[in-house]
Amino acid sequence: MTMSRSRKLGRGVAIVGVGLSQFGAFGEKTTRDLFVEAFQDLLARADKGLEVQDIQCGYVGNFSADRFEGQAHLGSIIADWLGLTPAPFTRVENGCASSGSAMREGIMAIASGLYDIVLVGGVEKMTSVPTAEATDNLAAVADSLYEVPAGFTFPGLYASIARAHMQQYETSLDHLLKVALKNHENGSLNPKAQFNMPLRQMMDRRVARARERGEAEPTWADEAAFLRDDGINPWVAWPLRLYDCAPITDGASCALLVSSDLAAHFTDKPIHIIGTGQATGRPLHDAPELTSLGATRSAGAQALEMSGLSPRQIQLAEVHDCFTIAEIVATEDLGFFEPGEGARALDEGRTARDGDLPVNTSGGLKAKGHPVGASGVAQAAEVYLQLRGEAGARQASAKDLEFALTHSVGGAGGTSVVTVYRRG
Amino acid sequence: MTTDRPPFTSASFYRYLKEGQMMGVRCQQCGDLSATPRAICRACHSQDLEWTQLSGRGELTTFTAISIAPTVMAEKGFGRNNPYCSGIVTLDEGPRVSAFIVGVDARNPESIPLKLALEVDFSSVDQERPGLVFKPK
Repeated sequence: MTMSRSRKLGRGVAIVGVGLSQFGAFGEKTTRDLFVEAFQDLLARADKGLEVQDIQCGYVGNFSADRFEGQAHLGSIIADWLGLTPAPFTRVENGCASSGSAMREGIMAIASGLYDIVLVGGVEKMTSVPTAEATDNLAAVADSLYEVPAGFTFPGLYASIARAHMQQYETSLDHLLKVALKNHENGSLNPKAQFNMPLRQMMDRRVARARERGEAEPTWADEAAFLRDDGINPWVAWPLRLYDCAPITDGASCALLVSSDLAAHFTDKPIHIIGTGQATGRPLHDAPELTSLGATRSAGAQALEMSGLSPRQIQLAEVHDCFTIAEIVATEDLGFFEPGEGARALDEGRTARDGDLPVNTSGGLKAKGHPVGASGVAQAAEVYLQLRGEAGARQASAKDLEFALTHSVGGAGGTSVVTVYRRG
Repeated sequence: MTTDRPPFTSASFYRYLKEGQMMGVRCQQCGDLSATPRAICRACHSQDLEWTQLSGRGELTTFTAISIAPTVMAEKGFGRNNPYCSGIVTLDEGPRVSAFIVGVDARNPESIPLKLALEVDFSSVDQERPGLVFKPK
């Protein structure tokens, strides 16, 4: 007997609203405060308004409020703070893919017919602990019995992928730098981003600070020289530097999912979910390849098959760039470029906002910020805005965007969630 | 017959390691070898498994030099000014393992070659928080 078959949703599901908190470091704001802020943003943007009590169910992605804040059992807390008890709310934990998975749970809840109006989202409050403790917490997405005792940190795992990729292909440190430059430029145009200023402005600030202190003023020829400066951009886990890593971020995201037949009650411009896929993978040392995430290849293939699209038909993507190398690998694993060709695609500007496949117009996890449990739905929020032509200064150049994709990863490929979207 | 066989757990794996043995688990049905012990074969799902001694020899397949250390490593003096090397070792028998790599210059990671021949270093295993350690052969 084989249980393998192509999968489809039992009925149509659409996104009819999104909300984001500001992404950054916000001392006193707690996990629930951040989620409430994202929900307020959703309410403020709702095209035709939203009666909060119409929400029937919720899924909240969260990696580790228990470790960062001492708060587990987040579903009930969020339901209460939104005034939605006794509606069923569930926390979904899948590492850094937590809200990618939370959204998938919401999609399935509607597609099954059980619920019609579902809130999905994610949240992480990360700046409440020192860097060493945050590093410990993030390492918990890896295998605590066999990877962590070998000294591996989370950046260390992706650094090992980068080293292997550079060995096998033409990928270089300069390509990693190009991902950072591209995503920081995009992030500078995103008012919600943690790095919502150009690198040039950060350089100017450094110069001004040195001048105030009477120190020698640093000079950098350009942004690339800035990022090659060991003092500015130290190694975290060679060959990854600080600016190759997504920052530690506080933030929350949410999206309102409804059955497609109800979408017109909420908006005239819904974004339809036309494909969803999710897969698991082994720890890196046991992965079949060290330059590719099998979970992404599997989840991507599932989602694209469901959508009936080929990778070439995707016009815009938000991929999981927790590290610069991760974006290059993702664009290969999702089939946008051949294995080893991700770096050349960067050289050719194909993933820039005016390229044939803009990637991470939001600034990505790299510059928008990576509140771990919030990132998956934050990607969906970017796609929602881009497909509706509402992304402002960072709107992708291509006209008539119709199809987009998001990609959310837990750990170094332990989980991958891929979603495909169509403009309504 | 198997009453005195240690369970296929991490506790057994690290007890062996501290005693100077690197042990894997081989499926008696399909022959799949796992360097991380488990009670169910992930290739064929058989539960007919046996411990098997690994050679402890292999080569460095990829690695990193870590400068931002987790608490446990920071307590050992590692950090920005004293990075350490963690890597993935492909064992002669085939499976790969994650390991702390000693005897290489983590301050000059460009100097560390891939395919470097390595062997397990039992003497460097932390007796309180054991983890795999490999050194150049």
